[in-house]
Order: sequence, then structure tokens, then C-alpha cells
Amino acid sequence: MRFTKDHEWIAQSGDVATVGITNYAAEQLGDVVFVELPEVGRTLKPGDSLAVVESVKAASDVYSPISGEVVEINEQLSGNPEGVNQSPEDLAWFAKVRLSNPSELDGLMDRAAYEDYLAGL
Amino acid sequence: MSDEINLQKTVLHAAHVALGARMVPFGGYDMPVQYREGVLAEHRWTRESAGAFDVSHMGPSFLSLISRTGDADKDHAAVAAVIEPLICGDIAGLKPGQIRYTLLLNDEGGMVDDLMIARPFEPQHQGGLYIVVNAGTKDGDFAMIAAAAAGRARLERADDRALVAVQGPQAAQAFAVMVPDAAGLTFMTHRRLDWQGHELVVARSGYTGEDGFEVLVPAAAAARFWDQLLADERVKPVGLGARDSLRLEAGLPLYGHDADETVSPVEAALTFAISKRRRLAGDFPGASRILAELEDGPDHVRVGLRVLEGAPAREGADIADEAGEVIGRVTSGGPSPSLGYPIAMGFVPPELSGLGSRLKVIVRGKAAAAEVVPLPFVAHRYVRKV
Repeated sequence: MRFTKDHEWIAQSGDVATVGITNYAAEQLGDVVFVELPEVGRTLKPGDSLAVVESVKAASDVYSPISGEVVEINEQLSGNPEGVNQSPEDLAWFAKVRLSNPSELDGLMDRAAYEDYLAGL
Repeated sequence: MSDEINLQKTVLHAAHVALGARMVPFGGYDMPVQYREGVLAEHRWTRESAGAFDVSHMGPSFLSLISRTGDADKDHAAVAAVIEPLICGDIAGLKPGQIRYTLLLNDEGGMVDDLMIARPFEPQHQGGLYIVVNAGTKDGDFAMIAAAAAGRARLERADDRALVAVQGPQAAQAFAVMVPDAAGLTFMTHRRLDWQGHELVVARSGYTGEDGFEVLVPAAAAARFWDQLLADERVKPVGLGARDSLRLEAGLPLYGHDADETVSPVEAALTFAISKRRRLAGDFPGASRILAELEDGPDHVRVGLRVLEGAPAREGADIADEAGEVIGRVTSGGPSPSLGYPIAMGFVPPELSGLGSRLKVIVRGKAAAAEVVPLPFVAHRYVRKV
């Protein structure tokens, strides 16, 4: 698993990457009541909005850390947005993306580096 | 971090930090947006039991005649005459102890603020008024009131004390353990009551739609008061996050969002706050515009919306008619924890404001169906008889 400074995680399996938000991000957002996911087939580049996560207080954008095409989204989240609080780094993944530039993952943090980054916040 | 330097702290700040609150800047103060359980749990607890809110950032104050006759009714009439030229409410007609929700207006009939004005109950305090204004507008409001009162009455700010709200179906029983006489108050009345030798100003009022009290507490007693309130298992601390979702469900406007200096009371659907005596006399700021709007209708009016599909519509979202033409804007909105669907308030033309009117809200470029529904979204549970 790789991590971004914006508190997303990316798990690579072959040429497909699964993307979600970290425990830290989920805790900061508070109770998630709505998740808007991208359409399957959409092409993303780094910085594009990948999802919008809404709490009672606010709507927060989740930006794509990678380039590629959305091949699957987590349909479970539409009926169960609170899953983002319960299992952010596992069951509540947002989207699977076919990587068009896998080398983009090289610049991201590993778990240890992300933990160090969190400790410094 | 730099913007934290100038933030003010309420007298309960340390108590919030000790409770694990997440603190955010709000109205110039460092305030608890939520405690450990989070906004949803705090919202639901307030609807089911009772929430305690620190609202000391608001602007409580006392307006007092400089010279009194000692005749209660004459002194009340005199102090009412000081404040009435600024507002559209009938203050002269208040009974001892009664509170009125009213509006500070500018000469164009726009709302400078919404506020509570109360006539003291106690004979020795006649000739005074208890006035509570909003946090973000308090400096301007106080300057406006003090200028109007010059030479006749003095305005004493009380925002160095604590203002604590306790709200919810269990609020009255829980608070009566601390202050038994509070149980004798009805909605929109207040008294000065003793708690452990400290004089409190206890108002049966609030901003959640629930029964409850808003209590002005001397600074020196505030931390002990707050701790004793929370020692009751029916009461939990509730932050500003849930305060906002509760007031939205209650259909209550938030000044600076659902109303501002350009918005008239008629547009804001607050015509009930224009007292009959004042309406007949037409003797309030901006009366020509406001009376014309009462007669002919305003150009647009605040309504409640239920969003029927998709994401919550929040402040700033466009409202469109069924053909897709933008006809208004959301001024407050979000998910309703009590109802389980998104709700919003916004301004639309009168011809589209009827109950059941079908509209669209535009969220992130997507149009979603919405319907005009009655306000409040969640029924008020005020206690009007005891």
C-alpha cells in the first residue's frame, strides 16, 4: 500500500490500483453520510476529483493521486456511507483504476513514511 | 496557526479541551465544533435526551434606564421607547418576564441582525431589558443600540460571562435538579434565578426546536455550572456542528447565511416578528419597503426544500425551476440526521414557493429534484404551558 499527503491509500495489483482514504482522513471527516463516486470509464489524471465525501458539516473532495481509467467503483458505499468510518482502509475502498502511468506510485509514501508524516502533523 | 492568535476564548474553553473537543474558529472565537462522539451522535442525543451547548460567543447584554421613576410600567415603557426605533417588535407590550424574538433593521428594511429582547420579571429590574444578539454582529449591534440610547439608557455587555444552552426532551428535568424554579417557566419567558448563591438569567428558549433553556452564568461560576450540568447522565456536551444541523431541521434562520442586511423580514419568512402594533403604526426602519412587501409580496422568499435524490445541497447551490433555469440559491443545507434525507433553505420567487412546488438544486453541476416542504422540517417541541 502507498499513501499520499492528502491521506489517500493506493493498493496496486497488476495494472489496477484500488484507491481509498486512510483511517486518519476518515476520523478527520467525522461521520460520513454520503459518498459520490466517479463513473466507471472516466479517465482521471492526478488532481482530478475522484470522489466527494460528505459529513453533516461539509463536503470534502478526494483527489486522484494517479492517472488511469476507472474500471470499478464500490457500489456498497451508496447504501452504506458509514462504511467509510468503519473500514476506510479495507472494505470502504472508493474506486479501482487501470493505471496509465504506474511510475506515479513510485513518488508516494510507504506505510512507515506515512506514519512518520502523520506524527509530524 | 497564525489565525489562532487573535481568537477569543469563552470562559469554558479549557472545559471543552478537557472533554476532547475539536476546536475551530467561529465568530472570532475558538469554539468546539464537536466532542468525541461526533456531530451525528450529538445531534441525536439532543433530540432524544439533552445536549449542553456553550454559546458564550453570542452577545448577551443589559440595557438600563439611567433614571427610573420607580413605577414599573412607566419605566418599562421608557426603556422600550429607547430600543423600539431600531426594531420591528413590540417591546412596550411585553409582560414581565416575557421574551420576544425581533429584528434590528436598517433604513432600507434589511436585517442588521435577529435578536432576543426580554422584559425583566422582577419589579426592581423594571426599566431594564435583557438583549441577546448574534456573535458575528455583536460589536456593530451594541454600538447601534448604545448610540440610540445615549443619554437615556446604558448598555452593559455581558459577553464576559458564560451563556450555556441545555436543549432536548430531558433538558427541563435535568436542569430542574440544579435550579428547581426553572421548571415553572414557559417557552419565551425568563427569570433571574439563584444557583448556589450565583444569580443566573434563565430563559426557556433555544435554537434547536427542542424544549430547553439558555442560561447566563457569572464567569466565576461557569466551569462548576458546566460540570454539574454534564454530571447528569441525561446531558452530554454538543458542539456547534450539531447546533447547526439541529437549527436547520428546526427551520430557524442563521444570520449571515439565511438573512443579511439586504434581506427583509418578509423575504426571510419572518413576518411573525413584525409586531401588529408596529405594523399598524409603520414606525420602524425600512417600513415603506416592508409594508409594501406585506401588501404586494416580496420578489423572493425563504422556503424549506427537501432534496429528493443525490447529494446534499449546501449553501451556495443554485436552485432551478423544472425547466432548468436558475431562479434562486440555497442559503443553508445539508443532511438531516433526524429525517435521513437532505434538507435545505433557500430563496425562490413567490410563484414557485408554494408547498409541493417541484424545483431542482444544482450540486457540483448536477441537477437533482427537490420539493418545497413546510418549515420547520422537524416539529418544534416547545413547552408553552407548565
